[in-house]
This record gives sequence, C-alpha cells and structure tokens, in this order.
Amino acid sequence: MSLMYSNEQKELIALVKEMAENEIKPFVQECDEKGECPRELFKPAFDMGLHMLEIPAEYGGTGLSYETTAMIFEELAKVDAGYAITLVTTFVALRNVILSGTPEQGKYFADVIGKGNFAGFALTEPNAGSDPAAMRGTAVKDGDDYIINASKTFITNGAIASLFVVFAKTKPEAGAKGISAFIVDADAPGIIVGNHENKMGLRLSNTTDLTLENVRVPASSMVGPEGSGFKLALNALNLSRAFVATLAVGIMQRALDEAVKYAKERKQFGEPLIKFQMVQQMLADMAIKTEASRVLVNNTMRLMDNGSLVRKEGSITKAFVSDCAQEVTSNAVQIFGGYGYSKEYPVEKLMRDCKVFQIFEGANQIQRMTIAGVLEKEYK
Amino acid sequence: MNIVVCVKQVPDTTEIKIDPVKNTLIREGVPSIVNPFDKNAIEQALQLKELYGGTVTAISMGPNQAKSSLRIALSMGADKAYLVTDRAFGGSDTYATSYILSKVIEKLGPFDVILGGIQAIDGDTGQTCTSIAEHMGVNRLSYVLDMKMDGDKVVVRRMVEEGVEIVESKLPILVTLTKVSNKPRYATIRGKIDSLKAEIEEIHLTDLPDMDTTKIGLKGSPTRVKATFTPKRQACGEIIELINPKDTAKALVGKLLEAKIL
Repeated sequence: MSLMYSNEQKELIALVKEMAENEIKPFVQECDEKGECPRELFKPAFDMGLHMLEIPAEYGGTGLSYETTAMIFEELAKVDAGYAITLVTTFVALRNVILSGTPEQGKYFADVIGKGNFAGFALTEPNAGSDPAAMRGTAVKDGDDYIINASKTFITNGAIASLFVVFAKTKPEAGAKGISAFIVDADAPGIIVGNHENKMGLRLSNTTDLTLENVRVPASSMVGPEGSGFKLALNALNLSRAFVATLAVGIMQRALDEAVKYAKERKQFGEPLIKFQMVQQMLADMAIKTEASRVLVNNTMRLMDNGSLVRKEGSITKAFVSDCAQEVTSNAVQIFGGYGYSKEYPVEKLMRDCKVFQIFEGANQIQRMTIAGVLEKEYK
Repeated sequence: MNIVVCVKQVPDTTEIKIDPVKNTLIREGVPSIVNPFDKNAIEQALQLKELYGGTVTAISMGPNQAKSSLRIALSMGADKAYLVTDRAFGGSDTYATSYILSKVIEKLGPFDVILGGIQAIDGDTGQTCTSIAEHMGVNRLSYVLDMKMDGDKVVVRRMVEEGVEIVESKLPILVTLTKVSNKPRYATIRGKIDSLKAEIEEIHLTDLPDMDTTKIGLKGSPTRVKATFTPKRQACGEIIELINPKDTAKALVGKLLEAKIL
C-alpha cells in the first residue's frame, strides 16, 4: 500500500470492498458478455451513497474529500471499472452543476440524483470529439425557452440517466465562446436515446447516441452565463480526468493481483512462474507502474482538494496512468499465457476495459497538447 | 417501538485454526468480526424501526476492543450503543453473561423487543440470548424469520423442522434470528464515518446496583469446560448396490426395518 491511509479511509475502503466483492463481482462476467447495465446492480451503491461521496452535505452528499473519494473508487474499479464510471459520470455532472449553476439548479439536480438516479454529460458529437468547439448542436431562444437540436454520441449513461447536462451552441458563429450548457430532463419530449454502443471494454457502462429534436427547455435551465459552456466542459473534464485515472489504477492493481497470484500457482519446468527472472521483471515493472500511478493520482486529488484546477497535473496524471494501465494489463495477459487470452480468466477483460482510458476524457494526444500548451506559458 | 440488540464480537472463524495439541482455537492474529447472526438481528431491529419508529440500542459485553462491533451496529443505523465491561464480568459463562445482560437491559429499558443472533459462531452454544428472556421473565422465540405488529400483538414467523410456524405474542418479547432471516444491509458511507467518531458509553458493575454478584464472573458461572475438541470425522453408512430400482428399494426398506427405523 503506497499511500498513508487514515483509519477512516481504511474502514471505508474495507466496507466498499466487501460490498463490491459480494454484490457486484458475481455479476461482472455476465454483464461484460451481454454488454448490459442492470439498474438493480446499483442499488447497494445508491443505498451506501457512493454516487454522492464528494458532494457537499448541503446538497445531500457525504462531503468527502476528492482524495478519499478516489480511494473508494479505486476499490470499485478493481471489481468493475464500468460500474465505477457509471457513478463517476453521475457525480461529475452533479458537481459541475453545483459549481457553475445557481443554488436552485444545484439543489434540483442533487435531489434527483440523491434519490438514486444517474446523470449524463452530452458534449461529444460525431464530428466534435477532441475538438468540442466544432459542435453543431444548437439552442435557439424562443420566448422564455430554448429549443435544442443536437446529435450527441458516446454518451455515458445515455439510456439510464434521469438528467443530462447538454452542450449546444447559442451563438454558432462564436466558436467555443458560443457554447452554452443546459440541464435537460431525460424524459423531455424530443429526446431520442440511440442504441447501446457495442464496445470493446467497459461493457457494463451504458453508452448511447443521444438525439435532441426540438427539445424545449426553460431559459432558467441554462447552467452559468450564456457562452460559458466550453469553460464548464473543461472544468468538468479536469475533474473527470483525475477520476478516470483513479479507475485505471484500480484496473492495474487488479491486473497485478491476478498476475502475481497466477505466477505463484502456475508451474512450468517444475517451478512456479514467479521464480523465473523474466517474469519477475515483468511483475516488478507492473508494481512500479501501479504504485507510481496511484501516488500521482493521489497528489492530483489533494491538489484539487486545495482548490487547484489541475489543468496540467490532471492531463499528466490521466495520460501517464492510462498509458501505464495499458502496459500493465497487457503484461498480465502475457503472464497468464494462453489462459490470459481466454474469457474464462479475468485479465483479458482488464486489458479491454483499460484501452478506452487512453481515449476518453480527451485522447492522450490531446492531453500532451494541453501539457505542452501550459509549459509554453509557464516558461515565458 | 424501543428495541435492543445484543451484539457479540467473535473471531472470524473462516480464518481460524485449531491448535493441534491443545485442541483449542488459536485466537492470536485472527481478525474479529461481528457475529454474523447478530447482523441479522441488527437488520431486523432496523426494519422494525423503519416500520414502527422508536430507537435501536446495541449492547455488547466484552473488553474495550468489542467497541468495534458496536460501531458496526451504529454504522448500519443503530441509534445508541453501550459496552458492558468490567473486570468482575470476566470469565462469565452463558448463564452469568445472560444474567448480566438482563440487568443491563432492565437498566437501559424498558424495551419492547430484545433481539440477538441464534448463536455465536465461536462458542455455538445458542444459550445466552434465550437465557436473557428467562432471567427477565419475558416471552422468547428462536429461529425467527421475520416479525410484524398486529395491533398490540407481534406476529412472528419462525423456522421449525417441518416448515414455518406463525406465533403471536404480546410485548415485550425476545427474538433470536438466523442467517436466512434477512440480508443485513451495508453501512452507508456517512453512517460508517459517524460510527467511527461516536462515543460509546461503558456500563460497569457500579452502574448496576441491584446485581447479585454471586451470579457473575468466573465464580458465578456454573459451567465447567471439561474438554474442547474437534469431533472426529466418521465415515459411516452403507451404500446399497444398485440392482434395479425395485430390488434396491426393497433392500433399503429391509435395512431400515432391521434397524427399527421403520
């Protein structure tokens, strides 16, 4: 254990571990195969309050630090990162409404989520992924309302969310500064949920297209001032980047746990694999990358707890950790050999699950552009 | 409805080993847990509270470390917790322990419902909770599946060998629960945090002035342990070779008649 856990943190981690092992783990393989996200699987998480951990108490949350929240989510991700990201997406959406919206908007959003519901973030469009400013979705003022038309894709929790934060252009000619954010009820007329994406990994996590056809929302549902949507999206991404990195640490730790266990049991040439130097080096490198990643995530969480926007640090963390996770899970499969390639064993899923961490919340190439951009300014 | 739950801290027997020489449990280094059946009792208490209001009080007798079991009861939703602890209570058997706990319950009460696990997984006697009812002179029902109020009566479903028995009783009542009674809830994160900071009041001998001190501790305990041992596994029984279903059944019935079972 690489971190200095307080007694409270240890107790919370143990509690969540117990829940995840008993209530989630038995269903993970089936959910992965079917690509399904059964709502009842989330009941214990909602009952425990895992969707509101870092939300302030006045909004009905537990008011934990980002640091402790991350430790708990690493534990969930060890069992299934798709499960964890369903909850992360929910609280990141809520947190951003609280941060950027009015107190009434925050309370409204928190009340819906607090009852045990999911939230989603509708930013990405088919032609606006790494470049969200290129989005085509529009929100046109009509009296006291806005009418939103947009075609969104890769929306986490698309089919299960009760509330969305939807990004659309109120001034299409103004580029990034023309984007505004709106709170939209999932059952608003004109919302069409597309098919569940048949993904490589994180298959328990629900991902869909989301089409908004003349969806009418009151002007009061706009989050923050008009044109501040892009900034809001960046703030949300700063937060979610750090948290997806936590999940990647969970995946890595699981891969390491499984690989060491297997290397001690599996014998070839009359010796357990762990006695072979080449395997030893692989395991040691996996441990190095996992520990370093965890410490990096922890530091970023603590910076965020102290109010830092972690523009550079969040990008560094996300890129480093997700790159490490790719290598660590791939090597776990390697150590398992032929069995690692089989779905009968848990490690191939870890490798599939973690690939997307190099892609979502800003591809790692974009993270490096961000880091270089900050560096350029820092060394003026 | 005022409810008290008896909670015992026990070694986690899934991790326990037997000393091969002394035939006793090796307790050193074994993590402690809440007796699993007591978690079912806590769950029942919380369900009753949700239905009928009132408070849930958890009590445990043991050394200071038993407070961690009470914290688990608090984290699940119990309102108050008391640790019954005193050197004079040390060495108490099930008779003395149940006597002490009955005095504690009388002091903290009155209670409508007293709950506990059917037995503790370390001693497995199943005597302590039920004996509390005898000391207090209240009704007692064991192997209970669930319970609900009907007017001023409580309707209890309990497991018996032949099936399920439905029993009515007046309050107060002592009820013991089993693993199949319910599924104990997980603590909420908030509940867990609060439980770690909660003050747990201690109850000592001096807090229980009408206690008959000849009935407590090692000296007040009539039980004498003659020996503790792991029962030998005995392979027994006879396998009747299958001739054809009819003749095999005949052979089986013949054996049963011979053994005077039929």
